[in-house]
This record gives sequence, structure tokens and C-alpha cells, in this order.
Amino acid sequence: MSDVLSVRGLTVTVRDKTLVSDVDLTVGPGERVGLIGESGSGKSLTALSVLGLLPEDVVAAGSVQLTGVDHELIGADERRMSRVRGRHLAMVFQEPMTALNPTMRVGDQIAEAMLIHRTVPGRRAARAAAVELLGRVQLPRETMRAYPHQLSGGQRQRIVLALALANDPALLICDEPTTALDVTVQALVLDLIVKGVVARSSALLFITHDLAVVATVCERVLVMYGGRVVESGPVEEVFTRPRHRYTEGLLAASDLETNERRLTTIPGNVPPAGQFPSGCVFRNRCRHATDVCSTAPSWTGTASTGFACHHPAEVTTHA
Amino acid sequence: MVLRLIERTAVLLASLAVSSVLVFAFMAILPGDPARVALGVNASDEAVAELRRQFGLDRPLTTQYFEWLGGLVRGDFGTSYVSKAAIGPQIFDRFQVTLWLVVAGMVVALVVAAPAGTVMAARHRKVSGLALSAVSQLGVAVPAFLAGILLIMVFAVKLGWLPANGWTPPAQDPAMFLKQLVMPALSLGLVQGAVLTRYVRSAVLEVLREDYLRTARAKGLRPFPALWRHGVRNAAVPVVTVLGLQLATLLIGAVVVERVFVIPGLGSLLLDGVSNRDLLLVQDVVMVLVIAVLLVNFLVDLLYVALDPRLRVGSR
Ligand SMILES: Nc1ncnc2c1ncn2[C@@H]1O[C@H](COP(=O)(O)OP(=O)(O)O)[C@@H](O)[C@H]1O
Ligand code: SF4
Ligand SMILES: [Mg+2]
Repeated sequence: MSDVLSVRGLTVTVRDKTLVSDVDLTVGPGERVGLIGESGSGKSLTALSVLGLLPEDVVAAGSVQLTGVDHELIGADERRMSRVRGRHLAMVFQEPMTALNPTMRVGDQIAEAMLIHRTVPGRRAARAAAVELLGRVQLPRETMRAYPHQLSGGQRQRIVLALALANDPALLICDEPTTALDVTVQALVLDLIVKGVVARSSALLFITHDLAVVATVCERVLVMYGGRVVESGPVEEVFTRPRHRYTEGLLAASDLETNERRLTTIPGNVPPAGQFPSGCVFRNRCRHATDVCSTAPSWTGTASTGFACHHPAEVTTHA
Repeated sequence: MVLRLIERTAVLLASLAVSSVLVFAFMAILPGDPARVALGVNASDEAVAELRRQFGLDRPLTTQYFEWLGGLVRGDFGTSYVSKAAIGPQIFDRFQVTLWLVVAGMVVALVVAAPAGTVMAARHRKVSGLALSAVSQLGVAVPAFLAGILLIMVFAVKLGWLPANGWTPPAQDPAMFLKQLVMPALSLGLVQGAVLTRYVRSAVLEVLREDYLRTARAKGLRPFPALWRHGVRNAAVPVVTVLGLQLATLLIGAVVVERVFVIPGLGSLLLDGVSNRDLLLVQDVVMVLVIAVLLVNFLVDLLYVALDPRLRVGSR
């Protein structure tokens, strides 16, 4: 168990609908792993399953293990999970405007993160540490006394980052941390996230639908669609030689390299949960689909590098 | 902050002025002359004329109004046409009694509503939450006087645990004071508590859906501590509004409950004034009740600002 995070056979259901099926995912020590896919692919639910904070009625099954925690996270009770959250495992959410308590000073919200887990000796130490954390996200110490509404979205997201990193977690999960931000501040926040995890040797699971961001932040990437991991591998490999037809479509649509591909998009939309086709979940949108695609494609490759497609793209086409 | 304070104070003063005119005008247009009303139909015309002169009722209404208002501002409520006694000290004494009652009722309401509403919200899908909801629905439908009579029947008549009625000032006999306060406070507070519970429930439900509560959980707070530290203040903002409105209801409810429990408060004073045809006394008591309600609303407004930093003008 050298991995920081090890997810095996994660399945998430709500009543009779399956939202995430059989996801395997590992993050090594200090590794930065991207989780990409269109909206509605099940990325957030995967992250929330790890954290044990799924919405009401949504249930996770499978196995989630985290380094430094001697119990299984799936199904662990609140008492145990509350010791893991914010200590070994922290998360930055998508929406900075609503993530902070509007009636509490920002400094107290950061200090609280350390006081909850007693990682500092007392209030004074917690406040001193909070000031230092603010400095690390390039905010002045006066920010301690500010209320969230006095700060911009980018500043608030830096606060959320500061409090997530307060206890040097083994793993930081960021769920679309810059999606809601102005383009002008996105780069700064990304830079602070990477610096923050590197300084602490924390591992990072980075969720986004922006492939360019993955390319700059992550070393390895998993592509999710229809609640499944359809392809995974080193970023360079997956982005230059995609095998799964969904990954291929995503890359073509993202205009990562060439301008001619600007207008290429994947035909159709992501179906609502529970309405994906049987067999390959992508087959109703895939130009390469044949009859065999109505049976579920099996995984080709190793656990960390591979894909699940009956008619994968030729290795040479994009190289 | 200062701006808001000035603005709210202006609104308060304006409302006070308008309501004083309304109260005065209402009493003035009531058919019959106050002196005649005070003395009764059998009084001689001379006696009535004498009383009118004595109390200045023969002067123009505007003069009378400003005289009355000036008195109120100085804390002089005038002299009763009937008993010839100063009204101010009576109101002052009675007001303290009613204040105890209202505060105790409020405490009961809060003690009931805060935990019950929170549990109902936290367990809104479970049997315990639904059961509480049903009980509170029932509570809402019970009028205060009925609750009072039921309480008397059970705790005073049947069980004999508490005195059926009466009032003892706290300074005189604290134990007796509390014993006698229990049932009136319950009959006032339980009903309001049932109403308030539903507001607390929806406020807490709202807060439970907030992102910052998820952030709190992600930090490592368990559900209840997360709600306590990050939810209470946020949920309090809408609840305080209702609380302000309920204080007005409690004041009115106190009038009735004071009757049921034979308590010498403002309510009894008002009803005594009505049955003794003591018009100035009635006018003064009504005005005091109005002032109390307006002041409460004013304080509620300031409380918002204390609770929600986003409302502090100039903090941006
Ligand atoms: N509480 C829920 N109840 C029912 N369906 C849900 C719930 N939360 C998410 N879903 C559905 O699960 C699917 C995956 O959601 P999500 O993980 O948020 O996707 P992503 O983060 O990749 O955009 C979506 O179709 C979404 O509508
Ligand atoms: S399995 Fe078939 S349908 Fe699915 S992506 Fe591959 S070719 Fe397309
Ligand atoms: Mg998402």
C-alpha cells in the first residue's frame, strides 16, 4: 500500500440509478493526478465518495483507502471520518462564493481547521499559523479580519485553499477549483495549488473539464465518462496518443494543439444519469461504434495506463 | 452601520409619531365625551362640565394631543379621569409584571423551538422528525387561553403541583414568583414555540444545504458541531424576524393570559380601564403597547446587523 489514495471498484448509486460504476483510481505519494470528462460524467461524485460527503440518498460501495488511515473509508462512521477529513484528506470545492461562512471572519475559519484536529497547541498558535497560511496564498495579514463578502472570488478560493492545506493533508482534492473564477486569476490560483501541494509533498487529485489545465498541473490523468473511467495514463501519453474514442473526441474539441480543430465537438450531449446506453456508455455518440460496442469493452493495458474501447484509435494517428 | 442606525432611528421616531396620532384620534372619535363616559349616564351636567374643565377636555383637540404627547415624552401619563390617580406609576408597575411574563414566554418558546426545529430539520426524512412536525402542527392550533386553562386543570387542580393563579413580585418571594410564573409562561410560550419551531426548521433546513456547511464538514467537523458553529448564526437571521413579530403577539397574548391567571399586568390594567370606562388610562396603555412593539422591531433591525456582517454598511 504505497499509494496515497487507492480506490477500488467504487460504485455510487441513488435509489435504483447507478451514477458511478466500478471506478479504480490510485494516486501515488506526491503525485498529481487529473480527473477529466464532460460535466455529468461522475467526477464530483467520485471525489465526494472519497471524502464521505455524498448528498442525501446517494450511496457509495467499493473500497477507498488512504495512507495513514488504518480503516476503510467507505462506510466508516462519522466519528472516524471526521478525524480523516481536513487532516489526512482535504478538499477545495468549485464554488468559492458560497464555500465560506458569511458570518465568520476569514481568519477564524482558517484557524478552526487546525483547532479541530489539534494540530496546533492553542488559539494563539492557530492564529499565527493562519497568518502564515494567508501569506503562502499571497494574502496580507489584514485578511484575517475580513468577512468573505469583502473578498473577491479568487481571494476566497485562496482562503479555501489555505484552510484545506492547513494540516498538511496527504491528499488534496480540488474539484474544478478555477472554473468559477475570472480567467485573469485562474493562473494564480492554479499556481498556488501546485506550490501548496509540492511544498507539503501532498498528493493531488485534480478534477476539471479543462484539458489545458490538466496539461499544466498534472502528471497522470484519468478520463471519465458515464460514471466510468474510460482511459488513463501519463498526461503526455494520453493527450498525444489517446486510445479511447471519447478521449479522442475530448481532445479534438479542446483545441489543445491546433486551431483547425476548433469547431470539432463530440456530437450530442451527455445523457442524464441512468440513461447511458448499455455496453460502451459512449456508443450513442461515437462515430466508430459497431455492433460489438453494445457489449461492455474490457480494460486493455495496466492498472494505471490503459483504456476500455473495442475500436481504439491507432497509436500512430496522433503521434 | 452608523447610517443604518440613523435611518432606523428616523423610521422609529416617525412610526411613533404616526401611531400616537392614530391612538389619540381613535380615542377622540369614539362616540361620547370622556368626562361623561367616566362619570356615567346618571351624572349631572354640572359635574361633567367640572370634570371637563379639571382635565382640560374643553380645550381644542390639537392642544390636548400635544399636551398628551408632551407628557408622554416626559414620562407623565396624566391623571385618570375616574380614579384621579396618576397613571404613570401604575403603568410602570404593571409593565414590569407583563415584561416578566413576555420574557418568560419568549424563553419557553425558544427553549421549545430551537432544539425541536433543529431536530426536525436534521431528521426531516425520519420518523422522529415527522412526529415532531405533527406535534408542532397541533400546538399551533391551540390558543393561549385554552392552553392556560388546560394547564390549570392538570397541574393546579388535578396534581396540585402549582398554584392555580396569582402573582408575587420576585423580590418578595422568588420561589413563589417562579411557581406562579410557570403556567402563564407555558401557556404563552408553548403556542408561540410551536409556531417558531416551524420557522427554525425551515431556517435550519436552508442552512444545511449551504456550501459552507459542507466546507465545515470537510474540515473535520461532525454534523452537529458543524451546524452549531456555522449554522446557528446564519439560521438566526430569519428566525429573529419571526421572533420580533412574535413579541408583539406575546404582548397581546399576555392581555388574555393575565386574565386567566389573575396577574396584575398591563393586560389586566387595560381590561380594568375598559370596564371602568377610564379612557385616558386605556389610551395610555395602548400607546405603551404600541411603543413596546415598535421598539422591539427597531432592536430586531439592529440585531440583524450584529448577526450578518454583510448588512454592515461601509464594510465593503
Ligand atoms: N444527489 C443526486 N441525485 C441524483 N443524481 C445525482 C445526484 N448528484 C449527482 N447526480 C447525477 O450524477 C451524475 C454525475 O454527477 P457529477 O459527479 O456531479 O458529475 P461531474 O462532476 O462529472 O460533472 C450527473 O448526471 C448528475 O445529475
Ligand atoms: S467501445 Fe465502441 S462505442 Fe465505445 S468508444 Fe470504443 S468504438 Fe466507440
Ligand atoms: Mg462536478
